[in-house]
Amino acid sequence: MDGAAILDAVRARVGAAVVETHDYRGDPTAVVTREALPRVLAFCRDEPSLAFDMLMDLTAVDYLRYPGREDGPRFEVVYHLYSVAHNHRVRIKTRVEEDDAVVPSAVGLWPIANWFEREVWDMFGLRFSGHPNLVRLLMYEEFVGHPLRKDYPIDRRQPLIGPAH
Amino acid sequence: MGIGSFFTSKLDEAIGWARKYSIFQYPFVTACCGMEYMATACSHYDIDRFGAGLPRFSPRQADVLFVVGTISHKMAPVLKRVYDQMTEPKWVVAFGVCTCTGGFYNNYATVQGIDTIIPVDVYIPGCPPRPESVIDGLMKLQDKIATQTQRY
Repeated sequence: MDGAAILDAVRARVGAAVVETHDYRGDPTAVVTREALPRVLAFCRDEPSLAFDMLMDLTAVDYLRYPGREDGPRFEVVYHLYSVAHNHRVRIKTRVEEDDAVVPSAVGLWPIANWFEREVWDMFGLRFSGHPNLVRLLMYEEFVGHPLRKDYPIDRRQPLIGPAH
Repeated sequence: MGIGSFFTSKLDEAIGWARKYSIFQYPFVTACCGMEYMATACSHYDIDRFGAGLPRFSPRQADVLFVVGTISHKMAPVLKRVYDQMTEPKWVVAFGVCTCTGGFYNNYATVQGIDTIIPVDVYIPGCPPRPESVIDGLMKLQDKIATQTQRY
């Protein structure tokens, strides 16, 4: 199925929950509301003509002080889906405000989301509701803050042992 | 006590001479510098010429800790523990700029020089250092071992 047909199928299913779509250079992308996200992801996985059985990547983007995005929600959570059967891909995004940074977990749909979501929590500080074990994946437990946020100072030091500098 | 002091200083030198040619290293290899370490250790550059050809893979049997590669804050307690497990006398070589200063990893994850965690005897800069630099550093360490006040 080509990109436009995938986006049409998603739009036909969830309608108004799709905020916007684009298909730049063969990468079909649908931005959906956070409330509709579990429905959209489950539809993408279970609809036989889509059959997105692999979650290739799950990450986030911090749009703090991003030119042209000063007013919008600060974060975007990005899902890259791939179908082995059909050899097609889609990108699903949802936007999250900083003061309400919670997204429904996708662990029930793709078990690999477990570590992806822990990484996003670790690096960006976004929570995933329904995650079975939302603790840091890469940094150590004593680490304070989320280093891939744009307002994390690049020269902040948090050594476990030894003098700070 | 003239004869006694003369004798003690010669014993120091004898022990220093023996120690500098029996370096048992512990390679703490975490990153790409390890390839240069291997190149140095193998037959072409052959650090066995300097008595340092036998790496030990237990810190308890090693004299010199070769810290080869980037040390993250998460790895720092492990490095400290390995150093603490080595028995005296012991020396530390910082191999490559990442271990010397953090190198170009000026970020949230990387220790900015292992001398913030453990004492370092010889710094070998380079990204990665050429085997010639490593051998130069090793010979500087040998000089240091040979001329220091020996504790025994």
